[in-house]
Amino acid sequence: MSDTPRVPTRAPLRLLSILAFLAIWAGAAALADSPDVPGPLAVMRFVVAEAAGGALFYHLGVTLARVAAAFLIAMAIGTAIGVLMGQHHTLNRALDPWIILLINIPALVVIVLCYIWIGLTETAAITAVALNKIPNVVVTLREGARALDPKLMEMASVFRFSRTRLLRHVVLPQLLPFIAAAGRSGLALIWKIVLVVELLGRSNGVGFQIHLYFQLFDVAAILGYALAFVCVMLFIEFVLVQPLELHLNRWRPGAVSRPA
Amino acid sequence: MNSISTVGGPGPCPDRPRGRLRVQIDSKAFRSADGVATEVLQGIDFTLAPETFTCLIGPSGCGKTTTLRIILGLDRDFAGTVEQASPPPRMAAVFQEPRLLPWRTVEQNVRLALPPHDRPSSGAPDLDALFAVLGLQDLRARFPAELSLGLARRVALARAFAVMPDILLLDEPFVSLDEHTADRLRALLIALWQERRTTVLMVTHNVREAARLADRLLLMNGRPARLVGDVAVPMARAVRGGETLNRFLATLTREHPETVLA
Repeated sequence: MSDTPRVPTRAPLRLLSILAFLAIWAGAAALADSPDVPGPLAVMRFVVAEAAGGALFYHLGVTLARVAAAFLIAMAIGTAIGVLMGQHHTLNRALDPWIILLINIPALVVIVLCYIWIGLTETAAITAVALNKIPNVVVTLREGARALDPKLMEMASVFRFSRTRLLRHVVLPQLLPFIAAAGRSGLALIWKIVLVVELLGRSNGVGFQIHLYFQLFDVAAILGYALAFVCVMLFIEFVLVQPLELHLNRWRPGAVSRPA
Repeated sequence: MNSISTVGGPGPCPDRPRGRLRVQIDSKAFRSADGVATEVLQGIDFTLAPETFTCLIGPSGCGKTTTLRIILGLDRDFAGTVEQASPPPRMAAVFQEPRLLPWRTVEQNVRLALPPHDRPSSGAPDLDALFAVLGLQDLRARFPAELSLGLARRVALARAFAVMPDILLLDEPFVSLDEHTADRLRALLIALWQERRTTVLMVTHNVREAARLADRLLLMNGRPARLVGDVAVPMARAVRGGETLNRFLATLTREHPETVLA
């Protein structure tokens, strides 16, 4: 068994790419020479000051909690419905129009209606975000449930696997790539929607802060909050999601050196 | 239409031991996409005595696998009955493809097939012996994707024998292996069967393989397929090579030219 190195040589290229992006940004800011187009240094100064006061972490934390809650709810409900729809033809035909409807309603409409019907509450905010994500999860997991290998199901039936054993050792491992795909696209989508929800009806969080600084026309602050939260999401991706995926995929030949 | 019926009441019934299997398929049809039904099996009726080794032989695509699937309860859309003892016998199968769970190790694949109460303590020493016989002792922690087809087939055999089945069904378990590997696996199969007496029904289209392994050959042919022959193999297993085997095969070919040569 060969032990392939886990970090291939693409790291320098990635670093170079980030540096190039910062350079172009700094150049553009210098050319514009306006407070509306702050350079990377100005944004950095804002982030440091905001972090020192503690406000940055408070608002990041509040937003992150909302993202996590909405994400977990959407994944759980979406997975359950998606798997059922993938396995039961009649249920699929019955629910399919609802899914198409939900998937095509603009996020903004769902948010506004939730705030009107439920009130300007945390529940309304998280429900609105989850409702926006659930149909995507359903559609992805429905494909996963349709792709379940009948040969393995037959094997499990011959050897009389119990329900829990079937679910844990036969079904779930086949669904994992679909859950991972839904999760990854979900995290990115959800945090963007959470900002809108916060902007419209919450008094804290990154979205609320961006709203505030928009009224002050403070672009450095807006960019500072946005980039800080992007960094949080990157951290989650590299420290949580990718190692977890690597672990779950260890049975695949060549899984170790798979690109991110 | 059909039933997987049990015979005898509760409790042991000495005249119908668990390894006995009566298969009666009056008719089995497949319906094509445009709704036309094609009958593939008709009037299949045989009984397997406990602890015997039977091969079901016939040309490719004649319905042998369908017969196995009906016995395994994977296909219930047929007219007829599969009669089992009561309580139902423990069945195991080796499919054409190994059908291992790719995300579980070799050992986990075998252990997951065991009934829950067998797992904690009693099964462990037994599995050691089984893995040793099949030459899998060093591969227990491997994942199936790291195994050759021959090794994966061994794991499938290990899984089937690990559950101590009353009835073991094998569907061409040695196809697409090189002759040397297939021969070694055949020898392992016979050794395991002799050690752990179980009723075996093996599907194959390789007549030489069947004549070397089985006590009895069931020949299947036609459209729809019926049983066209029921032949006892009169040779002791130890002498099934060279001339004796060739003579037996020559007679068989003469008596059942369409089935055996196909």
